[in-house]
Amino acid sequence: MVPTRAAVAIVATAIAVVLLFSFKTPAQARPRTPAADVSQASPTPNASPSPSDSSAPTPTPSPAGPTYKDGQYTGQDILTEFGDVQVKVTISAGRITDVQSLLLPFDRRRSAEISQYAAPRLHDEVLQVQSAQIDSLSGATYTSDAYAQSVQSALDQAHG
Amino acid sequence: MVDTVTRRIRVEHTMGTAISIDLRDPDVDPASIEAAFDWLRQVDARFSPYKPASEISRLGRGELILDECHAEVAAVLSLCEDLRRATHGVFNAWACRPDGRLDPSGVVKGWAVERAARQLEQAGARNFCINAGGDIIARGRPQPGRDWRIGIRHPRDASALAAVLDVTNLAIATSGNYERGGHIVNARTGMPSEELLSMTVAGPSLTMADAYATVGFAMGNAAVAWVAGRPGYSPYAVTREGRVQYTDTFAALLASADRD
Repeated sequence: MVPTRAAVAIVATAIAVVLLFSFKTPAQARPRTPAADVSQASPTPNASPSPSDSSAPTPTPSPAGPTYKDGQYTGQDILTEFGDVQVKVTISAGRITDVQSLLLPFDRRRSAEISQYAAPRLHDEVLQVQSAQIDSLSGATYTSDAYAQSVQSALDQAHG
Repeated sequence: MVDTVTRRIRVEHTMGTAISIDLRDPDVDPASIEAAFDWLRQVDARFSPYKPASEISRLGRGELILDECHAEVAAVLSLCEDLRRATHGVFNAWACRPDGRLDPSGVVKGWAVERAARQLEQAGARNFCINAGGDIIARGRPQPGRDWRIGIRHPRDASALAAVLDVTNLAIATSGNYERGGHIVNARTGMPSEELLSMTVAGPSLTMADAYATVGFAMGNAAVAWVAGRPGYSPYAVTREGRVQYTDTFAALLASADRD
């Protein structure tokens, strides 16, 4: 069909190549924008024009996400192929302030690697996702899925 | 400000990952969420290459022929065949595992989640987000006046986001190795890909976005141009050197604070 052919033919789309930046925000600061502090993730030189030079904080009209009842909530024990994952979530002033790992896989070599390297990062990730006020996260993995699931089940209780 | 929007979130572990359904329509029967999870569990039982009794495993061992399988198996394998041709063999459900067993997983998850979304829509849902292990279908809005805000995980730093998107009625899939090690293999070379750290694809269908992300990741540096040639799909790749590559169509999805 002609329209389809035409559509394929004109996809000479411009492709931008830029350095990767990460968007980090202090967890306790309750920022309204995910790009309040843009830090460079990689020291690679010879970058194309940076996409983030003008990323001045823009007020976001959305409210500050769900608030939770203060307290400590123990999440579900989630079984993964590497072992059990279970967390305890602390809420103060309606926000997640800490995520403690109660159970992480330790029994096999691979599991131990995951526990040592992944757990602190997953902990940061929960706080980061909250502070960035996103609704959902693309690019999670198996281990972090179980972690997220346990956190979610704890938050379901905190909704009251 | 108080969030007055009704949120019903259910998270379940199936298809080898955590799947969450976040439903924002207050008048939709919560039983529709249960029905969607029933469907996903059914798909897992039929298609998992990790379950010895699944039809896919039995088909792979030659204990079943295709005609003896459920019609959905033929539908999925036909999708796999379309994708094998479109990618000149980079995706090959018959040659992506080291043991050579049949593994259509690169297509099944997106396909199953898309069907679950259609099921929710038939039950009257208009505003919801399904996240299946980082692959997302976002429909409608989380609340009046704003789009779904989707973070893309930074491939080197799990505590950071590489990008933030504002989307409505869109599917987003990301492939990467992260802490799991090289599990995405280029079927043409038999080697895990090393050129990209992560590959994200946004577009109308999660089946295709997921498949293109998986294939693109295996393809490496050529992936962004390849996905850009698929009408309706927008790629975003992070290379091993820490560069991001994306098209202007993807740039249009970036949340306003992230834009040029």
